[in-house]
Amino acid sequence: MTDQTTSFSPLDLETPEKPFLDANELVINMGPQHPATHGVLRVILRLDGEKVMGLECVIGYLHRGVEKIGENRTYTMFNPYVDRMDYVAAVSNGLGYCETVEKLLGVEAPPRAQYIRVILTELNRIASHQLWLGTHALDIGAITPLFYTFRDREEILKIFEKFCGARLTTHAFRIGGLLYEAYDGFEKDVKNFVSFVTPKIDEYEELLTTNRIWLERTKGVGVISGKDCIALGVTGPVLRASGVKWDLRKAQPYANYKNFEFEIPTGQSGDTYDRYLVRMVEMRQSLRIIQQAVDGIPEGPIMAKVPKVIKPPVGEVYHSIEAPKGELGYFIVSDGSTQPYRLRVRPPSFVNLQALDQMCRGQLVADVIAVIGTLDIVLGEVDR
Amino acid sequence: MHQFVEYVLLYLSSDKTPGSAGNMFWAFVYIILIFTGLSVAVIAMNWLERKILAHMQVRLGPMRVGPHGLLQPIADALKLLLKEDIMPAEADGFVFWIAPLLVVLSAFTVFIVVPFGPTHAVTDMNIGVLFMLGVSSLSVLGIVMAGWASNSHYPLIGALRSSAQMVSYEVAMGLAVVSVILMTSLNATGTGTLSMIGIVQAQQSQGIWFIFKFFPLGLIGFFIFAVAMVAETNRAPFDLPEAESELTAGFHTEYSGFRWSLFFLAEYSAMIAVSSIAVTLWLGGWLRPFSNLLGGSTWELVFSFFPSLTFLFLAGMCFYSTARMPKHPYFRIQTLGLAGFGVVLGLIGLVLFVTPVRLRVQDIYWFSAKVAAFMYLYIWYRGTFPRYRFDQLMKVGWKVLLPMSLGVLILTAMVPILGPIIWQHIQHLL
Repeated sequence: MTDQTTSFSPLDLETPEKPFLDANELVINMGPQHPATHGVLRVILRLDGEKVMGLECVIGYLHRGVEKIGENRTYTMFNPYVDRMDYVAAVSNGLGYCETVEKLLGVEAPPRAQYIRVILTELNRIASHQLWLGTHALDIGAITPLFYTFRDREEILKIFEKFCGARLTTHAFRIGGLLYEAYDGFEKDVKNFVSFVTPKIDEYEELLTTNRIWLERTKGVGVISGKDCIALGVTGPVLRASGVKWDLRKAQPYANYKNFEFEIPTGQSGDTYDRYLVRMVEMRQSLRIIQQAVDGIPEGPIMAKVPKVIKPPVGEVYHSIEAPKGELGYFIVSDGSTQPYRLRVRPPSFVNLQALDQMCRGQLVADVIAVIGTLDIVLGEVDR
Repeated sequence: MHQFVEYVLLYLSSDKTPGSAGNMFWAFVYIILIFTGLSVAVIAMNWLERKILAHMQVRLGPMRVGPHGLLQPIADALKLLLKEDIMPAEADGFVFWIAPLLVVLSAFTVFIVVPFGPTHAVTDMNIGVLFMLGVSSLSVLGIVMAGWASNSHYPLIGALRSSAQMVSYEVAMGLAVVSVILMTSLNATGTGTLSMIGIVQAQQSQGIWFIFKFFPLGLIGFFIFAVAMVAETNRAPFDLPEAESELTAGFHTEYSGFRWSLFFLAEYSAMIAVSSIAVTLWLGGWLRPFSNLLGGSTWELVFSFFPSLTFLFLAGMCFYSTARMPKHPYFRIQTLGLAGFGVVLGLIGLVLFVTPVRLRVQDIYWFSAKVAAFMYLYIWYRGTFPRYRFDQLMKVGWKVLLPMSLGVLILTAMVPILGPIIWQHIQHLL
């Protein structure tokens, strides 16, 4: 049995020659239409009873060729497309793209724009984590947190809607800064939100953090070591829960993050419970950043001097930001024209997803669900 | 004709259940009544679960079909009946067909012995508890058959989980029940009873509900049963067999329409059935609360008004909601419907004031009220707890509940014998 688990790929399986009852293993197909695979992920599981002997992810059901589209659109035209990758954290995607192009152009957004960008991005991080918490808890069987988190996420979406007219795929930023000035009362809204949501996070924690069943379901489930995370390229809360203190906001400060005080939460054991705790602390830290940003928001222009037609110099650039799910990187090769010669996205979900097999092997079917939830993948980003 | 009327009326003066008295007419009437009542209870439960769960989850629940969604379960039932009856091509037709029937049959048959009052049961068997546990565990057969006959992976895993779960929790459940049977034997003759009515009467004559007997032994036994019964009925947090996020819908994934609704019906009536066992065994069945503390004929009278007062309260709630309905022609039918519902409830409440009705119905009322409390607990669990994993579920069943119930059983057996001896020694020492 142990030999089989080490070298296995379900796709290599042939139809068992023996009758069904004699076969020790059961190959089942989870997804692409399954309530707990967060979209259209398809997982082929090989089971021995309830024990997972191995699994393989089949992706691509949501492939839209975003990178290829990027090669056929001007830099400005491509901006809205990035929102459609990780649609629950569209603002982060936009920030990453805009900053990459700005780096290529050699311009920097003015301070006021940077502050507003940070506020919106951190709000979006909270929204993304709230959505993760709700769905993750739902997968594990607690249905109530979902409604609580959606109730509070709504407040964030209202701020986005007031800011730019869209709730989900916001297209909030432009290359070089912002298109619109923040609306009247933006700061007040954000401050109100901070004081509104702080007790709500306590409320989520009250339901789950010390819940016996929650502890049993998440502790020691889907353990991955920091070393393995680095080897697999896993980033974000998953990496930090394994004890690696790596957050691009601190490690390679972008936007204005070096001006803000916040802590990077880390876990020790790298299990599902630690990842849960890390994300909960991250929400609180995001609130801290938002509070500082909204208190210190400067006056001034919101748009840097960027030409109407963006024609970056020939060259290539890689820039990455800390999206809610991990390192979101953009690699752009410019040939001097108005369109990128090649645009490559390094999505955190896609890279993190490859740790699934390692985290699930030897665990039970129910744990696969918990681990898919805890990886916090968005299929729009995995498939692009 | 005259003889028949006499035969029918004979029951009303009898102090036996129709089955025990051999009165076939009333037994038949009771079967019909219980069947209808149960179906209505399941429908009401469906609506209540949605509403209560919704309010726990900061939403409104059904609001569109009828006033406050009161007609939603009926609309759903109609939808289910009209749906296409799908049977997978590879399914084992006969087993697929018979599985839901078996589940429903076992879920309804147990109600033969449920005592809604000293005379309000179809029959009083001297092996009542055994019959209930035995018949209700037949449903696992139906679930396994459903999972197997579907010839599909998810139902199969669901069915395996379900059978393992139900079988292992039945052990702890049975041992907890035995401790109650031991308690019933604490009388002059020293013989206990397995009859459901006998168990309640034992609580009546001992003047204590068995949940408080040998405190905290009765409480622990009750707790074990209360946990095991949730697992037994496959409800949250033990709803692994139908774990939506893991196995889509578990053993009834391939079922649809009417067959699916049979599973639904069976699940809810099984919940009511096990709650009835818990109420009968630990919570004094049809006995009213506080009979020791607030005894006497005055308090009897006050407590016998409770059924009608409950209905009048519900009627009042309906009228209150009617007054709050939006004053728009669009809502006219809904407002009228709600008011009509309130009138019906109010009339029932008034009828329950009539003395013969009141005295005859109050037993049923207290029994139903206690069962309803359990139903609320079921909903509350569902809104609060995450789901156990399969191995953890087994661990809780075999490593926690089973030793606990064995301990309770042994201690319950020892206390009546050793207790007086120890007490004598203590007195001697003093």
